[in-house]
Amino acid sequence: MRKVTIDPVTRLEGHGKIEIFLDEEGEVERAYFQVPDLRGFEKFCEGRPAEEMPRITQRICGGCSTAHHMASTRALDDLFKVEPASAAKKIRELMHNAFIAEHHILHFFFLGGPDFIVGPGKPAGERNFMGVITKAGKEVGGKVIEVRKRLRGVIEAIGGKSIHPVCGLPGGMSKPVTEEERKSFIRAAEYLVEFSVFVALELWDNIVLKNKEYLDLITGDVYKHRTYYMGLVDENNKVNFYDGHIRVVDPDGKEFARFKAQEYLDHIREHVEPWTYVRFSYLKNVGWKGFIDGEESGVFRVGPLARLNAADGMATPLAQEYYEKMYGVLGGKPAHNTLAFHWARLIELLYTSERMLELVGDPELTSPEVINIPTEIPAQGMGVVEAPGGTLFHHYETDKKGILTGANLIAPMQNNSASICMSIEKAAKSLIHKGKGTDSTLNMIEMAVRAYDPCNA
Amino acid sequence: MTKPKVAFYWCASCGGCEEAVINLDEDLLKVMDAVDIILWPAFFDFKSKDIEALEDGDIAVSFINGAVRMGEQEEMAKLLRQKSQIIVAFGSCAHMGGIPGLGNLYTRDTIFQRVYTEVQTVENPEGITPQERTAVDIGELTLPEFYDTVKTLDQVIPVDYYLPGCPPPADLIMNAVNAILEGELPEKGAVLAPDKPLCDTCPRAEERREGVSIQEIKRPHEIKLSPWKCFLEQGIICLGSVTRSGCGERCIKANMPCRGCMGPAKGTVDQGAKALSIIASILGLEEEEGMTEKDVNKLLDGIVDPAGTFYRFSLPGSLLARRRTE
Repeated sequence: MRKVTIDPVTRLEGHGKIEIFLDEEGEVERAYFQVPDLRGFEKFCEGRPAEEMPRITQRICGGCSTAHHMASTRALDDLFKVEPASAAKKIRELMHNAFIAEHHILHFFFLGGPDFIVGPGKPAGERNFMGVITKAGKEVGGKVIEVRKRLRGVIEAIGGKSIHPVCGLPGGMSKPVTEEERKSFIRAAEYLVEFSVFVALELWDNIVLKNKEYLDLITGDVYKHRTYYMGLVDENNKVNFYDGHIRVVDPDGKEFARFKAQEYLDHIREHVEPWTYVRFSYLKNVGWKGFIDGEESGVFRVGPLARLNAADGMATPLAQEYYEKMYGVLGGKPAHNTLAFHWARLIELLYTSERMLELVGDPELTSPEVINIPTEIPAQGMGVVEAPGGTLFHHYETDKKGILTGANLIAPMQNNSASICMSIEKAAKSLIHKGKGTDSTLNMIEMAVRAYDPCNA
Repeated sequence: MTKPKVAFYWCASCGGCEEAVINLDEDLLKVMDAVDIILWPAFFDFKSKDIEALEDGDIAVSFINGAVRMGEQEEMAKLLRQKSQIIVAFGSCAHMGGIPGLGNLYTRDTIFQRVYTEVQTVENPEGITPQERTAVDIGELTLPEFYDTVKTLDQVIPVDYYLPGCPPPADLIMNAVNAILEGELPEKGAVLAPDKPLCDTCPRAEERREGVSIQEIKRPHEIKLSPWKCFLEQGIICLGSVTRSGCGERCIKANMPCRGCMGPAKGTVDQGAKALSIIASILGLEEEEGMTEKDVNKLLDGIVDPAGTFYRFSLPGSLLARRRTE
């Protein structure tokens, strides 16, 4: 029995290892994706004051600290039974969209995208953001830097820091937005719209879609699983990152469930394996059937393509156009192509830019009234937002003083962990034959992880 | 001339330190021109075996972030120490334990119990927990040990410099990188940030009254926070008086109190103990004489989570290190 190890999985937020077992002929028998890391937030949040949760739980993932901050803040609204000030909701959604955009750009140009922009078979030393600049040009590189700077500017103006912002409180925000800030946000949003269409999506078109080899990889069977899909949707069932209902569609695209954050326990369960530190989410009402896809298996996916699959469309016009184009190429909804997560990510990027433009145009954004002080006695609260990698749940239980007695945190990495295991195994079985696993083959197995943008910390 | 080899590695961390480096923007590209990255799992495709293949001392500098929670993290820290001329503990977690260090208020068993059995969504009737060795039908899978106690980086390897913050601010990162590239480093063991406490650079310092006193402790969500008044004067616990400056007062500017991520200011041994003594010394100062023991206790009760507040980022590196388990 031979074993091939990929350690660590790279261009991934957090820690991961892949073990591939080969039979006598050198064909893949089994492959495992392991997460060798645990910190234990669900325990050490106990005893901490609830209002500190947005500043503690965000340290689960520095790459999506704003998402944890938002999910946590929303859980505090629920916990303290306080309706956030109207302006605060808009400021939060603006900040959250700026963050999603910033992170999606990070993923496409620094983490998962280099596999396409540079090429999956290029030497290991070139498959990175430096290689992206070489391939796409310094002008593109400069724009990537500029747009991320402006988006971080939005987050920093609202939340102090772009990594680990501090502004979320039950009932609102720690401070209002000034008119001067709003004007700079408008400029950032306008820049982002241009960037999304003329840099990101155009690059995807030119480098990926026009390359038959890439297109075959995206539409082919190596990276494909028929699963359930989950995502947050607004009242019209359009993709939303900050607010709405959680919607689940089955592998045929039919609505399977639609529920509020407070009802998550009726829908989600998690499975434990002894060979990894991460838990595996599944749909309670389908059940855990192991690492298999299809209607019979409770495995579901979250993240960009899952959100688009779970929704009926995009709430903004340009993003809707690109959404229709994507499903046209992929052959309708839902699309099961794991590598199309990258494509969906760029369509979402465009959506966030349009959504930001809508929000910055709202005069209420600069209202001085940004907080409603809670008056109720806390007991428990749930909050859900879409993180870049998928649906994110925070659930706190407290005593009457608001001190945590229990926390449950379900991050996108848990929701996608079963799919990731299935995806790397399928890729390994399809790509490794007669014991041959070149650097580029192994990288193409890692690509099955990167598509999800998990944060395995 | 060959470029100096540089490694970035993460232990028990969130990835925010990695992103803080990416966010150096144009400066990052300049650094990339000047150095040869040989390990940076978040952004480059080099593997652990590439480091094992190096000669001792081959790496000019390794920046290691994250606390030491898992056996593998200690092994990797030791490997990088062996291969590197300089080790920089990068960020609050490597420096003092950081947020993951709050795990030291509990034990390995209670953490496993919560994470793999108790939480409402877990369906685990057999009580399965992750194991260091698992026999699967086809062979064996291994996992690193989950330690009972979180350690700081300098509790497992000698550390040359510390770059504090959660995450470290861009200007301090660049100062450190430039100092290393130019060979103009301070004495070993130095914290590469200003010495003064945050209160000295706080934008609210000018408005602060002499002899601050707290009549009643408030929590940040209980009052409308003033955008200019000293947090302590508002009854809100703020660690600015015991915390190193250099962060750019980013939290204060967002109208939220300091939680101490930059670590103790120079001369302070134990950030949490010092904070506790300062807060205690200003509690109800003006009316202390007329106060009964009951009044004092009530005031102290306002501090709802002393360990998690005063040692938010520094528990493993503090004199306490962890909650006693016997």
